[in-house]
Amino acid sequence: MARRITSPSRSSTSASDWLLLAVTWQPREGLQTLIYSAGSSESADRGFLLTTCDCLPILAALHPSPERMSTRTLPLLFINLGGEMLYILDQRLRAQNIPADKAKKVTTVADWLEEDRKRVMNDIITTMFNKKFLEELFKPQELYSKKALRTVFDRLAHASIMRLNQASMDKLYDLMTMAFKYQVLLCPRPKDILLVSFNHMDAIRDFVKDTPSILSQVDETNKQLIEIYTPLSGGEFQLIRQTLLIFFQDMHIRVSIFLKDKVQNSNGRFVLPTSGPVPYGTHTPGLIRLFSCSGEEVRRMQFRDCGNYSAALREGSFEMYGDRVIKLGTNMYSVSRPVETHMSGTSKNSSQHTKVNTTPNPLAKEELNLLARLMGGLEVQKSANTDSGFRVNLFATDEEEEEALISRPDELSYEVINIQATKDKQTNAELAKIMGEFGETGEPAPSSSSKGDDLLAMMDGL
Amino acid sequence: MAKMYHKEKSIQLKSSASALYNNLSVLRIAPRCLTYFTVVHANVVNMVSASWDGLNYSHRQLQSKEGNVATSSSLIMQAAWCVLPSRDLLVLTSQKGIQMYESDGSIMVYWHALDTPETPTAKAVFARGIAAVREKYICVGVSSGSVLVFDVPSKGSNITLSEVLEEHKEAITDMASECSGNLECIADLVSADDSGLLCVWKSGEDFQLLNKIPGFDTSCSSVKLWKGTVIAGYGTGQIRLYEGVTGILHAEVNAHARWIYSLDIAPFTGLLISAAEDSWVRVWHLSLTPETNSVEIEHMYNECVTDTQICGAKFCDGDGYAFAVTGYDLSEIIRYTQA
Repeated sequence: MARRITSPSRSSTSASDWLLLAVTWQPREGLQTLIYSAGSSESADRGFLLTTCDCLPILAALHPSPERMSTRTLPLLFINLGGEMLYILDQRLRAQNIPADKAKKVTTVADWLEEDRKRVMNDIITTMFNKKFLEELFKPQELYSKKALRTVFDRLAHASIMRLNQASMDKLYDLMTMAFKYQVLLCPRPKDILLVSFNHMDAIRDFVKDTPSILSQVDETNKQLIEIYTPLSGGEFQLIRQTLLIFFQDMHIRVSIFLKDKVQNSNGRFVLPTSGPVPYGTHTPGLIRLFSCSGEEVRRMQFRDCGNYSAALREGSFEMYGDRVIKLGTNMYSVSRPVETHMSGTSKNSSQHTKVNTTPNPLAKEELNLLARLMGGLEVQKSANTDSGFRVNLFATDEEEEEALISRPDELSYEVINIQATKDKQTNAELAKIMGEFGETGEPAPSSSSKGDDLLAMMDGL
Repeated sequence: MAKMYHKEKSIQLKSSASALYNNLSVLRIAPRCLTYFTVVHANVVNMVSASWDGLNYSHRQLQSKEGNVATSSSLIMQAAWCVLPSRDLLVLTSQKGIQMYESDGSIMVYWHALDTPETPTAKAVFARGIAAVREKYICVGVSSGSVLVFDVPSKGSNITLSEVLEEHKEAITDMASECSGNLECIADLVSADDSGLLCVWKSGEDFQLLNKIPGFDTSCSSVKLWKGTVIAGYGTGQIRLYEGVTGILHAEVNAHARWIYSLDIAPFTGLLISAAEDSWVRVWHLSLTPETNSVEIEHMYNECVTDTQICGAKFCDGDGYAFAVTGYDLSEIIRYTQA
């Protein structure tokens, strides 16, 4: 069902003209509302399209914003963050696998059976590697804003019967992003980011090795990664890396497991060792060679480089299967090493924490994304009842989880877009302002079925 | 053995430095006893003016621009001062175009928009690589490999695009003009790209390509030209010294364990500074013997900026008495002076 409110002058119904402005999601109803605007940011023509998630038109092209440098960064960001998320969830699900007779809190935390854990992992991986979704993901485009990407992962984390509270979801996202930031920063060569991605892909393949249908999706994606990324030059990979580093700029959340392993300092910054093997293709520092005009070496000297570098290791494999050599991107969590983050004192200069999108009008400027919509459109939970479904806690106790939510510093809150588009325009001043510019025709979309007339009515009831 | 340099008080920035090549530019204004610094953070350029007595600091932020919009979220790739005989201009290169300001950043005097495609293409579009050449040219590189040559009048905003040089096939990474002040040098400009290719040019009404020095499939991220010698820093951590006009390789140094991000030369003394992702800043000394046409390089000093991937390192004066450093995620400019 689609209730279209269009400006009288706009006649185009070409999907590529529609710009997704905002998404709301009501999990209990399995409802999703999308607000589209027609036209590019320069065009004055605007219109809106409200629709439920399961009858969306052909993919609407997105006007990219905000801009990022490399246009091939998004797939790598998504796959690596997704991989980290799976590591963490897998660890938590195993940790919560308490035998019935030993469980202390049977009433508040569900007992996870092996099957359930596998089911959750399979559901999430299936969603992550959905064909249509990936097609869109792999198109050259600018990176999404942090808000937009967070929404995508919110959706992904809930693509199964598993439930996460706000605090746990926040923590999960913190861990994922800090882990990948660490991997990007410590990659010996920019091209090694691809090996890190393959490490994640290898692990994902292992999670679903018993389910051939999902496995083949994962393999397909792996092939695509190889096809698209192996031809890129070092300079192009460095651009991707620089784009990712801008995305992760100023994030210094402390992660227990990193602090314990001494890869992160107490101020939240990662340790960069001045020792160890140099990247493949680099020589260990120290040698100076001087040449004559005819090209012969006339002298060689050594200088003291003060580091403790050793020769490069062999190059990792960029094939479907192979030894990646690099350890970054492999699973560092295990049941005995719980994942925690420290929320306080992320950085002494927290006052200098830069805001990502300093845009005055979130509705007009914040363009959420097609991917989030697509994810929402996929088969989500079967039951709308919050009583069913298993809740996963990323903290040690429920009390801790609650405490974390309350005490989370403002500058670290992820503002997941949540707009209630209700019949009552006054309840949302921003939306009202925009909607007020246009006449309301109220005609349903041609492709609509009769379901969902109650869409707005349902939302009114919330 | 006494340390050659010691650390001074850092200058605080309004926001942290982004991981971009050559992410620090310094302009010394002797008559006013001031030094200006610029550091890029995403779509913003942080400008700090520091008085030499260390007592006064003032900050200004410039934003990227696009189309008719005054501010944009498009990323700035580089910001650098161009020193011409008649005027100094601050040039910003972004994904959308090239902005030129009066040296204090107060007024934008020129805007050049890049041809950006309607929908994003696989190859990113941006401008990167800035150099002031001779009396009146400012050259800017583009991701397509083109080098744009702008003709700059001695005052006013009547800046025009005079030529587009098409030799590079890969994205331009950095550009440098002859900085020795020696007017007898034939080569005026060197441009570098992602494949490591170096092009050496002579300026004029029509720029003339003097030489093409092929890369070895490694990006050259930073380049300098001094007394006809091209000094190039590569992604492999190597520094190579070439004679610009002939392409003769004079020296090769396995200088760093990671990608080099910044090079700078102190033209009066021949001191060279290199900085990389490996956290090291190294100072070298170049000596040229014209009689034997030989170039020598010797290592002078190391400084480790702990747990920092350095993205900018520049001398603050022509002798190399002081230098400044920026690093990814660092909200300060770290300074060092000779002991």
